[in-house]
Amino acid sequence: MALTDPATEASRTATRPEKGRSLWTDARRRFLRNRAATAALAVLVLIAIFAFGGGFVAQYERDYVDFTLIGINASKGVPSFETGHYFGTDAEGRDLFARTVQGTRLSLLIGIVGSLVAVVVGTLYGAISGYLGGRVDSVMMRIVDILMSIPFMFVLILLLVIFGRSLLMLFIGIGLISWLGMARIARGQTLTIKNKEFVEAAIATGVRPLTIILRHIVPNLLGIVVVYATLLIPEMIIYESFISFLGLGVQEPNTSLGSLISSGASQVLNGGGEPWQLYFPLFFFVATLFAFFFVGDGLRDALDPKDR
Amino acid sequence: MLTFILRRLLVAIPTILILIVISFVLMFAAPGGPFNAERPLPPDVMANIEARYGLDQPYAVQIFNYVKNIVLHFDFGPSFKYRDQTVSGLIAQGFPVTLTYGTWAFAVAVVFGVALGVVAAVRQNTWVDYLATGSAIGASVLPNFVLGPLLVLVFTLWLGWLPAGGWYGGQWQYVILPVAALATSYLAAIARIMRSSMLEVMNSGFIRTARAKGLPMRRIILRHALKPAILPVLSYLGPAFVAMITGSVVVDVFFSTGGIGQYFVNAALNRDYSVIMGVTILVGVLTIVFNLLVDILYAWIDPKIRY
Repeated sequence: MALTDPATEASRTATRPEKGRSLWTDARRRFLRNRAATAALAVLVLIAIFAFGGGFVAQYERDYVDFTLIGINASKGVPSFETGHYFGTDAEGRDLFARTVQGTRLSLLIGIVGSLVAVVVGTLYGAISGYLGGRVDSVMMRIVDILMSIPFMFVLILLLVIFGRSLLMLFIGIGLISWLGMARIARGQTLTIKNKEFVEAAIATGVRPLTIILRHIVPNLLGIVVVYATLLIPEMIIYESFISFLGLGVQEPNTSLGSLISSGASQVLNGGGEPWQLYFPLFFFVATLFAFFFVGDGLRDALDPKDR
Repeated sequence: MLTFILRRLLVAIPTILILIVISFVLMFAAPGGPFNAERPLPPDVMANIEARYGLDQPYAVQIFNYVKNIVLHFDFGPSFKYRDQTVSGLIAQGFPVTLTYGTWAFAVAVVFGVALGVVAAVRQNTWVDYLATGSAIGASVLPNFVLGPLLVLVFTLWLGWLPAGGWYGGQWQYVILPVAALATSYLAAIARIMRSSMLEVMNSGFIRTARAKGLPMRRIILRHALKPAILPVLSYLGPAFVAMITGSVVVDVFFSTGGIGQYFVNAALNRDYSVIMGVTILVGVLTIVFNLLVDILYAWIDPKIRY
């Protein structure tokens, strides 16, 4: 259409209801304009596809030992499409592709579980503490202070040693630590929100405190909670890989990026000629962390009301 | 000031007790005792062993004795796995090593981190600034257990400059790589914090006044800007200390320095509860004491704080 009738154009814009721009549409626009963050998000999607779909591509099970390669691992275990070992094999002759897929998946799961716990427990804890204020607040926050000053990695390892090194225990341990920082942040934000008019109005109309927290406070915390939860994921991934690096994490046949990096590193440092055993897990580890940091950063720029 | 310190101590002591109780409760909750072997021991032998380690007493008595021995004799009890070793003995062997490179790493991270942050802020948007901010991002995706292998790969295997591990009484060649592996990411974090707080201070009124008076830049930075700008770094030191002491476990294991972390991991692999507990409690106490010191330092430097 070359020409538009100015009259109909005007009436169209007039009748179309003005669409409000919510916080979230605004934030999405700002996020998409941030090129580093969108690229990181794309990388993250690829990594997730790799972690959750890679199992269909892998030619071997993660704990299948390829006996044909024994003794000639360094020359025949190299990454290649012909043998079906896309990432080569590890020192025991197991398919590194399948193992990296599984390790990456475990890392992502740990990160997501940890930050979910933080979102649910930490947000509620912080919101309740901040909203109630006074003595309850200071007791609740003192508890967080005390828990935070305990070197949790040691307690977590103690936990794993005593109750066995299972995936469930790892999730529980990570969940125990992750919510503390979130609680502090949510509380701080709640303190500023609770003096706003809409909360006063809710109090005046007789809404119960718990409902106020859930309906009026928590939704307004979401922006900062999302940002912090995203930045928490790489932290949780590092925790888990740290434990696995020491050999105290999940047990075989399960594996994790931390233990893959550990065995790859010892392979390389003992003069082994199989450096891919370090490079592939290391690449996925670093790429995952990088992507999460940039996405978190982009989200902060998009959602943080201070930087408008 | 004295009441402030006393009040902080009042918080610190229950924290330590909570830590001890948590570790103890975990240990009691453990499925199977520490001496359950694959072939069960005869009951009278078992009773003897339990009496030797005081495990036949009520839990409350055990906790009380444990705390009493730590406080009075710095005695964390015997190791459950190595009959001739006490936990305190293991700590005495490993702790000096960890302390040596830990102190170095901490000093390097703080001194160079602060310096890098100041330079980056003063020369904003130059290559120093980009280096500082860029390395801060890089360091946050390279935790010490990744950095350690990479350092050894470069400096030992490729360049052949430094040994890959060992301690040998702490000769300087053996100290450098552990210190670098431990310090780098905190150096970067401190530089980033210092940079942003320094930028804020340099744009404030009293710095403008100092510049208007015609003071030389060096004097402005050292005398006027540094003190207020360093406060956020101070409050980061507590978490950094915890992270470093945790990271030292990786350094000990990876570089075989013979520090406390190596005993800790071995104990964890052998289910040697008393060693794990002893180390955990020691680390907890160190952390709490360190946090206390940081708080006192903070209150001393920041005139705005009320105590």
